Amino acid sequence: MTERALKNTWVEIGGVVLQKDERAPNLPDDTKQVPLEMRVKGFLLHDAEKGGEAEIVTLSGRMVRGTLTGINPEYAHMFGRPIPELSPIAGEIRAILRERRKTS
Amino acid sequence: MSTDSYKAIMDQKAEIMRSSVGIDYDKYTTGPLSFDYEAMLNDTGYDLDAIRDIQGRSAVGNTPLVELKNLTELVRAVSEPGKGARLFVKDEAANPSGSFKDRRASLSAFEAKKKGYKGIAAATSGNYGAAVASQAAKAGLGCIIVQEAFDSQGIAQPEIAEKTRACEAYGAEVVRLSVGPELFYYFLIVLKETGYFNASLYTPYSILGIETLGYELALQVKAREGRFPDVVMATHAGGGNVTGTARGLIKAGAADTLMVAASVDLAGLHMASDRDFNRKSFTTGHTGFSVPFSTWPDRADVPRNAARSLRYMDRFVTVTQGEVFYMTEALAAIEGMERGPAGNTSLAAAFAIAREMDREQIIVVQETEYTGAGKHPLGQLNLAKQMGIDVRRGDPRENQPGKAIVIPEHPSQIKPVEMNLDRIRRSYLRNALDSLPEGENVTETDIAFLVAESKSDDTYVREAIESHERKKR
Repeated sequence: MTERALKNTWVEIGGVVLQKDERAPNLPDDTKQVPLEMRVKGFLLHDAEKGGEAEIVTLSGRMVRGTLTGINPEYAHMFGRPIPELSPIAGEIRAILRERRKTS
Repeated sequence: MSTDSYKAIMDQKAEIMRSSVGIDYDKYTTGPLSFDYEAMLNDTGYDLDAIRDIQGRSAVGNTPLVELKNLTELVRAVSEPGKGARLFVKDEAANPSGSFKDRRASLSAFEAKKKGYKGIAAATSGNYGAAVASQAAKAGLGCIIVQEAFDSQGIAQPEIAEKTRACEAYGAEVVRLSVGPELFYYFLIVLKETGYFNASLYTPYSILGIETLGYELALQVKAREGRFPDVVMATHAGGGNVTGTARGLIKAGAADTLMVAASVDLAGLHMASDRDFNRKSFTTGHTGFSVPFSTWPDRADVPRNAARSLRYMDRFVTVTQGEVFYMTEALAAIEGMERGPAGNTSLAAAFAIAREMDREQIIVVQETEYTGAGKHPLGQLNLAKQMGIDVRRGDPRENQPGKAIVIPEHPSQIKPVEMNLDRIRRSYLRNALDSLPEGENVTETDIAFLVAESKSDDTYVREAIESHERKKR
């Protein structure tokens, strides 16, 4: 079932700003193969379905139209798991200082 | 979605820039190559006292200077007897949005408000966006930040994702784009549509705002130690940090203090590559910005870049991503200061440079930045592993940008690599001479300008001009 968002919901919309063949000259080969895409968030101006057309008002008051890509989208960045290559460093450095303080 | 074609918008660049920055850059031209840099800065009408006052009113600046006594002891543990300078850091994370970038944003916000703009906009993926959003919030201005934020697989760089969140927390609209230099095109569309002030990183306002950093730190060291620091280290990207800090030091009277720039080595990674985008664990303070901007500052989004680092650098070094992550761990473990990794680029370099210096000498790292989810060694290294980058302990010399991040096994392995300033100066002069309009000749005013630009002398510049002409023939 498609997800539906009501008017005034905080959402993300997106779309293609420049198609592959509209992009700037002198791009690296890999970047040339893909379009320039955009995402922006705001409050929905009308009920809409995910994947469908939507218009929002952004935090600066702009009206922007695009495809509904997220409903109350998550901030997904995080710390994640500890990194085994970093975990021992604190202990190693403290040991160097302890050793130095013992001998001086 | 806009239907303005790429070329149509780019053709309006000069006009959009003029109305969004409010500076007539043409009037500073003094020769085919030269322009009056000091006049361009002076004409803003803000002197150091005025800027300190403006920043003071928006809670920017006057950050603590912290002596890193344990880290100094660690330096001395790996130095020859009599060596190991005292390390200090200016804790710029104490600014309202958590970095020195508030200094750059404060004056732009003040100027925008004074001139009656309804809002300010900036094209930036880093701390500067949060700073502009924070200052706009305080000034009651609208704010739009345009970021290069994700690759074609939709994977966001964790540090930039954190900046998106921070900007939205300050009430700014954030436009996130996929990888590519056309970010500038979209930024122009935004400026044209909204009539907002362009809080470019490279206007005089942005650079003058950093002068207070160098000025404060010089006076703080002087008040505490009775003299100015021997070395100030700055993380180097677009050149503003080095330029503003050095100018502030000079204004405080610390003209003999050496200004050393440090960047993370990302050689071999292409800045406009969709594939390389998430193979970088640093989004700023790296050679992908610092080398092109040192050798040609006017590649910026304004006609005359006010950040001209080559005028002020006494030395330029690079460190590896692994070395910076190691120092970030060290700062937390023995100084009790958990700070964002990118701001520790100059700290990693300073740690090694302090080893060459005498015990009585003083080296100041001029910034820290806040840390948080994404903007942290854990978030960055988890992504690096996901992208197939080899993360391991070992000799940092084995580091390979985009392929291997080698975390040192011992602090004695941290060794910055010297950038050849002579080569950078020659490259700058080549770029400048290549920009000479057809049919024009280099004037005496141009030569004096190029001497100042390259921090060299008359003979050096004249030789470069001769060699350039020989090659043309």
